[in-house]
Amino acid sequence: MNQVNDSLIGFLKSSLKVTDALICCDLDEVTLTLQASSLPEVMALLRDSPELDFKLLIDVCGVDYADYPDKKQSNKRFAVIYHLLSMKLNHRLRIRVYCEDDEQPVVPSIVDIWPGANWFEREAFDLYGIVFDGHPDLRRLLTDYGFVGHPLRKDFPLSGHVEMRYDPIEKRVIYQPVTIEPREIVPRVIREGSYGDV
Amino acid sequence: MAEIKNYTMNFGPQHPAAHGVLRLVLELDGEVIERIDPHIGLLHRGTEKLAEHKTFLQSVPYMDRLDYVSMMCNEHAYVMAIEKLLGVDVPIRAQYIRVMFDEITRILNHLLWLGAHALDVGAMTVFLYCFREREDLMDCYEAVSGARLHSAYYRPGGVYRDLPDFMPQYEASKFRNKKAINRLNENRQGSLLDFIEHFTSHFPSKVDEYETLLTDNRIWKQRTVGIGVVTPERAAALGFTGPMIRGSGVAWDLRKKQPYDAYDLVDFDVPVGTNGDCYDRYLVRIEEMRQSNKIIKQCIDWLKVNPGPVITGNTKVAPPSREDMKVNMEDLIHHFKLFTEGMHVPPGETYCAVEAPKGEFGIYLVSDGANKPYRLKIRAPGFAHLSAIDEMTRGHMIADLVAIIGTQDVVFGEIDR
Repeated sequence: MNQVNDSLIGFLKSSLKVTDALICCDLDEVTLTLQASSLPEVMALLRDSPELDFKLLIDVCGVDYADYPDKKQSNKRFAVIYHLLSMKLNHRLRIRVYCEDDEQPVVPSIVDIWPGANWFEREAFDLYGIVFDGHPDLRRLLTDYGFVGHPLRKDFPLSGHVEMRYDPIEKRVIYQPVTIEPREIVPRVIREGSYGDV
Repeated sequence: MAEIKNYTMNFGPQHPAAHGVLRLVLELDGEVIERIDPHIGLLHRGTEKLAEHKTFLQSVPYMDRLDYVSMMCNEHAYVMAIEKLLGVDVPIRAQYIRVMFDEITRILNHLLWLGAHALDVGAMTVFLYCFREREDLMDCYEAVSGARLHSAYYRPGGVYRDLPDFMPQYEASKFRNKKAINRLNENRQGSLLDFIEHFTSHFPSKVDEYETLLTDNRIWKQRTVGIGVVTPERAAALGFTGPMIRGSGVAWDLRKKQPYDAYDLVDFDVPVGTNGDCYDRYLVRIEEMRQSNKIIKQCIDWLKVNPGPVITGNTKVAPPSREDMKVNMEDLIHHFKLFTEGMHVPPGETYCAVEAPKGEFGIYLVSDGANKPYRLKIRAPGFAHLSAIDEMTRGHMIADLVAIIGTQDVVFGEIDR
């Protein structure tokens, strides 16, 4: 796998003219960090270039780095992660694009390049509120009709804001503020130093 | 003559052919589908959000409930992602056990798919035949983990426990007399491996039985040949994986191309189709069941002669043995910390994928060094397949829509997550 990754990194450097700082190879997985503005152009090249040949878009997802302790890479809050796969050359690539604006995260859509990205982008929009510029049909996908908020953001509570119940007086299903108390049995702990290392 | 206009129709979410809670808004011209707008998310449980608030170990049972007909494959991707970040090695016996149960899971999944697909298209018998064999395989699940479906058997670093030496047996009741019970228990006299071996010896003949009902069946062919054709290029562009892309003639299988665990040590073939229609995908899946059977046989032969540990000895990841805990203070502390605080996974990110029965099931895991994942993204194969349903059904009749939903093998646990 290492040789495959080395040649992949070589081709990425030669054909995209990117600097070393933007390519990272960790745990045998290559990650390329891109600017949002150059995304469609680079993605089309990644798909069509015979040495790269990423014909398959495996996954698109959002990440909210609001609570992430190590912000060395970037101080942006939202990022979109793309996972690409080449079946012919048998290699994978991860693309990370940070959204410039934390309040209104926008990333260009790549539905024109891979039609399979359609639902993945809708999902990221639904769960993180990341707007994909140029998407033909950017609607909510997984959450309820009329849902408010973006549930996978770090500032969205686990128990949500509203709950649903049948109201016997009104004889219909109604929404009301949540009545359950959120509780955390196992607290989230990050140990300092090498404590707990395997 | 009255003028006929396009009209919109609602399909599901409580439709038996919708395989769960799929709601489709169909735009029809007579009986021909012009456009489909699928509405999903009716089974959205927020697994990814929940996993961010649970320790790594507590999320294993959630993985079972994603694709609830291929439970252990989901767990496999999840524990592989944790193992990769932790950098722990899995004992070879655990790898073989995982491969064996992955393939048992594949047969389980394909049997349910075949039964449900044939039932949708109008063949009742296949469903009954398939569930007969599923029963034996679910007994294997039960023997090894205690649960018939949601097993939670895989652990980071191996599997929960070794294969049992005794296969559980039926007991006499007021409904079944002793003689009937003895007949049922005939193949349960030995260990679990003996039981699975007996299963593998007669399973190929059972697959032949399914094939006699369908493969040359005129109605089956009329309903599936030339329906939902996808070219190899289009399948890749749409993000298809697994039997969906192999049915279009692309020999892509992660078990062969990017082998994980003991898959590089077993011998099997990857079947591919030629036309990319529903019938070819049916043939691919039927052959996959035969190949899975072959892999299970090889695993049994290996497991019978190679005893050994089934989970890593690293007590920061796996619990120490009960004996050690009684005599060793440190092991007691490890056990306590592991189950109260959980393991700490080093900061980093990884994407691990397995060849689940439906396609590439991947876990993208971001850790910040805490005892809980920072971000867990589940890449479900059915999600990409279902998103292409509009394109696959355009110009087909409503009856073909049912065949295409069947051939996509959609399960809403993984699509809605």
